[in-house]
Amino acid sequence: MKAAVIVFPGSNCDRDCKVAVERSTGAAVDMVWHTETALPQGLDLIVLPGGFSYGDYLRCGAMAALSPVMAEVRKAADRGVAVVGICNGFQVLCESGLLPGALLRNAALKYVCKPVELGIVRPDTRFTRAFGSRRKAVMTVGNGEGAFFADADTLSRIEGEGQVVFRYADNPNGSLNDIAGLINGAGNVLGLMPHPDRSFEPELGSADGAILFQSLLETA
Amino acid sequence: MRARVHVFLKPGVLDVQGKAVESALHGLGWGGVSDVRVGKTLEFDLAGVEPSAAEAEVRRMCETLLANTVIEGYRIELS
Repeated sequence: MKAAVIVFPGSNCDRDCKVAVERSTGAAVDMVWHTETALPQGLDLIVLPGGFSYGDYLRCGAMAALSPVMAEVRKAADRGVAVVGICNGFQVLCESGLLPGALLRNAALKYVCKPVELGIVRPDTRFTRAFGSRRKAVMTVGNGEGAFFADADTLSRIEGEGQVVFRYADNPNGSLNDIAGLINGAGNVLGLMPHPDRSFEPELGSADGAILFQSLLETA
Repeated sequence: MRARVHVFLKPGVLDVQGKAVESALHGLGWGGVSDVRVGKTLEFDLAGVEPSAAEAEVRRMCETLLANTVIEGYRIELS
């Protein structure tokens, strides 16, 4: 498997993502700077990492979504390459329109940083198939603006199309419908607020994040 | 030309910052305050655009970058 982690100014989980994908899957992982106008050839996975791209100025993910490399990420997504956006990466995917909705300030106005239990709503996606018969996972969240929002029509379409992949067992941030992770209609773009890149070895409290990355090996 | 763009969360989108400010105002004795909304204002000079085309140009900026129309509305003033 071949993967790339996109690095924006202010990304701070880019290295975590590289190590997590490498150790979970054995993939070769390139780091790609946001000003690049081409991606490495033959990618199976693109990771948009967590952090504070462009200082979270204006809106989280807004300026990253318009950076040069995102035009290439969009083309790759259109070709069916797997794209996963984690935390700030999820915000970038929503801002870019690759996923519906938006992420708002947490309901309690507090940054939440803790392990959370997730229900695996869609164990059949290319990002979750290695969970097998498991319907629960634990990963760490760390966000201040992680409350998923979409208008009522969009939300019912998301639910109707089965686009919710992960739901919080105990909603930490006020996300509508307890949504923690969402997939696009084509099934190759996943955004989630919890960090698989902080939960990929038992020493980190959970190794469930590794299973997410390993799921992709079955299609690569 | 000077442009001023006001960006605010749409009605129906929970504004938790507004709620916090509202409860602080209540705590300070201003009990009559309700429905506080916190927004932001962007101001900038705009050159090279005909005055008649300026509003459409700034609207394009709003739709592209300055506002996320999933959650935000905007209002443009030109002077």
